[in-house]
Amino acid sequence: MFLPGFPSLASNPVDAARLLEPGLDVLQKKRFADAALNTAKGAGASYADVRIGRYLNQSIFTREKQVQNIANGESFGAGVRVIANGSWGFASTNDVSDKGLAKAAQLAVAMAKANAKTQKEPVKLAAQRGYGDVSWKTPIKTNAFEVPVAQKVELLLAANAKATENGANFVNSSLFQINEQKYFASTDGSYIDQDVHRIWPTFSVTAIDRASGKFKTRDALSAPMGLGYEYLSPQAVDKVAGPAGTGLIGYRNSYDILEDAALAARQAKAKLTAQSVAPGKYDLVLEPNHLGLTIHESIGHALELDRVLGYESNFAGTSFATLEWKAKNIPYGSKQVNIVADKLQPGSLGAVGYDDEGVKCKEWTLIDQGKLVNYEKIRDQAHIVGQTESDGCCYADSWSSVQFQRMPNVSLRPGTAKLSADQLISQVDKGIYIAGRGSYSIDQQRYNFQFGGQVFYAIEKGKITGMLDDVAYQANTQEFWNSCAAVCDASEYRLFGTFNDGKGQPSQSSAVSHGSATTRFNGVNVINTARKLG
Amino acid sequence: MAILSKDEAQALLKKVLSYSTADECAVGLDGRTTGNIRYARNSVSTAGASDTVSLSVESRFGKRSGIATCNEFDEATLRRCVQRAEEIARLAPESPEYMPLLGPQTYLNPPSAAATLLTPATRAQAAADSIGLCAAKNLTAAGFLDGGARFSALRNSKGLESYQQSTSTDFSVTVRTADGRGSGYAISDATDPSKLNFKSLTQRAADKAASSVMAKAIEPGKYTVILEPAALMAGDDLSLLGGLVYNMGAREADEGRSFLTKKGGGNRKGEKLFDERVNIYSDPLNADVPGNAFDGEGLPTKRMSWVEKGVVKNMFYSRFWAQKNNVAPTAFPSSFIMTGGTQSTAELIKSTAKGILVTRLWYIREVDPQTLLYTGLTRDGTFYIENGAIKFPIKNMRFNESPIIMLNNVEAIGRPQRLANCLVPPLKIRDFTFTSLSDAV
Repeated sequence: MFLPGFPSLASNPVDAARLLEPGLDVLQKKRFADAALNTAKGAGASYADVRIGRYLNQSIFTREKQVQNIANGESFGAGVRVIANGSWGFASTNDVSDKGLAKAAQLAVAMAKANAKTQKEPVKLAAQRGYGDVSWKTPIKTNAFEVPVAQKVELLLAANAKATENGANFVNSSLFQINEQKYFASTDGSYIDQDVHRIWPTFSVTAIDRASGKFKTRDALSAPMGLGYEYLSPQAVDKVAGPAGTGLIGYRNSYDILEDAALAARQAKAKLTAQSVAPGKYDLVLEPNHLGLTIHESIGHALELDRVLGYESNFAGTSFATLEWKAKNIPYGSKQVNIVADKLQPGSLGAVGYDDEGVKCKEWTLIDQGKLVNYEKIRDQAHIVGQTESDGCCYADSWSSVQFQRMPNVSLRPGTAKLSADQLISQVDKGIYIAGRGSYSIDQQRYNFQFGGQVFYAIEKGKITGMLDDVAYQANTQEFWNSCAAVCDASEYRLFGTFNDGKGQPSQSSAVSHGSATTRFNGVNVINTARKLG
Repeated sequence: MAILSKDEAQALLKKVLSYSTADECAVGLDGRTTGNIRYARNSVSTAGASDTVSLSVESRFGKRSGIATCNEFDEATLRRCVQRAEEIARLAPESPEYMPLLGPQTYLNPPSAAATLLTPATRAQAAADSIGLCAAKNLTAAGFLDGGARFSALRNSKGLESYQQSTSTDFSVTVRTADGRGSGYAISDATDPSKLNFKSLTQRAADKAASSVMAKAIEPGKYTVILEPAALMAGDDLSLLGGLVYNMGAREADEGRSFLTKKGGGNRKGEKLFDERVNIYSDPLNADVPGNAFDGEGLPTKRMSWVEKGVVKNMFYSRFWAQKNNVAPTAFPSSFIMTGGTQSTAELIKSTAKGILVTRLWYIREVDPQTLLYTGLTRDGTFYIENGAIKFPIKNMRFNESPIIMLNNVEAIGRPQRLANCLVPPLKIRDFTFTSLSDAV
């Protein structure tokens, strides 16, 4: 489930300088980890892993000409997970010492033994070789935590000024930065040290017509990324011109917040007088910053094996794409639909060297020319689908949370034939071009969904003819992906992302990217969302 | 040390305040002891426990403010925490919306917390009972039981002191038939876990699962609906009633970007926007849903009417916005109460000629903030009603509806029940708008 609002940053605010202080050195972490692993084995665990984590974040919030809040957060501690008597057990502690880790390991084993009483079948882990002492770091150019706060505030306030100069009545902007310093060790013999960075600049502008009481918003077309502060140094090579008549710019690995804020203000004002859409069937042309969320909800979540098996049925739901459904070879999508999962793509939110149970990350195919060929899985699920290895999809949002199966990057491969967005639109007789993520909702088995967007343009006889408003489309996942008629080439490809994908009870948050090129879907049902109140 | 007494908490806060060199300083402690168990596929999947206390320090120099927190309580750490808050405050820009700290306040005394809480063993037993009941009927249970105690204490350099303890336990269960064609849901929460009957809640979900197989498709459109409380309020996501009350901020309305914005400027406080039977208020002293006595700044909560006889009676004013508009600020309440009648959901069904019973709504998101239009879907037990009785289960449907329109189309209001620490009645609503069918079970 893609949660609304801003990321949950459940850690302690600290001063900025503190975030740059060195943490525990690797040898010390290894000693503590061994204390936990040895205790767990001694208490009867057949498997154990330990994660020692230092999770840092900084969030800056502004509106118009003022800073609303600057919050620096740090959370440090360790989680120990074990299998004993065939069941999982987990315990966490912020006492990161030989004694603290040993105590957590004992608690985890006790918990596992208690859980074993209601366990129907013992946990079966896919075999995993130990990697010894290894490390991985997000390939960033500039650590966002090393950039002075004043410089970041100045940029956000400059974006706000661009928005107000261009007609926005209000503008809220923010910048989120995350650094996960994670050390993983397991009884398989892995000792993995990782330094993971993520960044998300965003804003929302509001334009108001006081006489009518009407207001419209337009949110940033940035994407949260697995990058450093270099994402906020715009490069011409990263800009993709939107279709003629829209003025839109798509952004790849760097983002021009000033340019986007100015355009957002003009578009929010234009939405106040845009034509309200006539409901009916349209061919939709969806740009990557919009299509990413549709991929996330209707494919990414539907193919999580824990949902497929029923582990999430009390909250996030299950999936139509069951093992039985897969066996029937019903087309998930048209031949144009090639969906790849990965935990490797540079700049993506999901990219890490190893997952949170010590599996080296990889890329694999989920849907091949419209046919479902695989799921997203972790070590204790592989045997259920007759496989012998994990896909490396295990993640915990904190040292204090138990790791479980989460979505990797799930992306639509670009088309192989040369095709630009303008060329694609030129082939559409009656359609709507949609950019940016808007309202979103999907049922608990991932059949029926409804999506809005940030900006909508009418397409008539191959040309963009003007802005529309009050647009949302409703579809069934299989019908929608089977209506996929054309996918633009790699020159149109870019990432969408979310910092805030919620799943589990208690709920955990994860960050994931979805790449695509501008794509056409034929004959999709569009509704008008305008309502009249008394 | 998770649950400190009032004296222990205030002594610790007094010590921390004594380290401050700032113009103003506010300190707070939050602690909780909680435990949970989660099960699915008729087997426990995870269980956990958490014991935490955190200290927050806000230091102010003039209109500059900084916040730091820590979760260790030796003297060196406490001093360092205060120093960090002061360092951030010195670096921060001046806030044009600065408000001085509150002085001493008088607080209400909400009903006391439960004396006995669940243990790992009693949680495991509750899960085993729920699983056993379902397994015996060839049904599959997935549930989550989570609860514990918490305390909150504040103190500042202007003489404000506050302290409160509370307890809560939440249980929800989804039961599915073995063939995956039926699904039912039940949820409840309580201050005192002994008030929760896990077996009877599981039985309710099991009954709904068994009776929801062979669902028929009906045409989407406008229908009379009976929305059970779980279709109106949720503790873990957006909901129709929650979405309404949490959007009653005065500032957003005055700025022109809310459903409560008035044409030409200002807000719609005092206007009748809903059916005259709609009354929504908050009351920290309510024995069924005791609320917080104070908000994060130490502002006292009190009984407040938000909607009275369909009229917007009050809106939320922050201290800054209240001062700017020369009105009293409103502490944000931790629970809401919608008043109702005496009819049960079963009695509402009996008086319905044609309609739909909705157990639960899911994945509700705002479509248009101007009209508060929301979309979402029915889930885990949707039934067609004819001539005062449930006739058959129906396929789930997507709705696009605004709670403002919904609360103008009230046919009947049933007896309120506790849900997500709020009191929520089942509602019978006419012309509720469904826009498409879903195959989801």
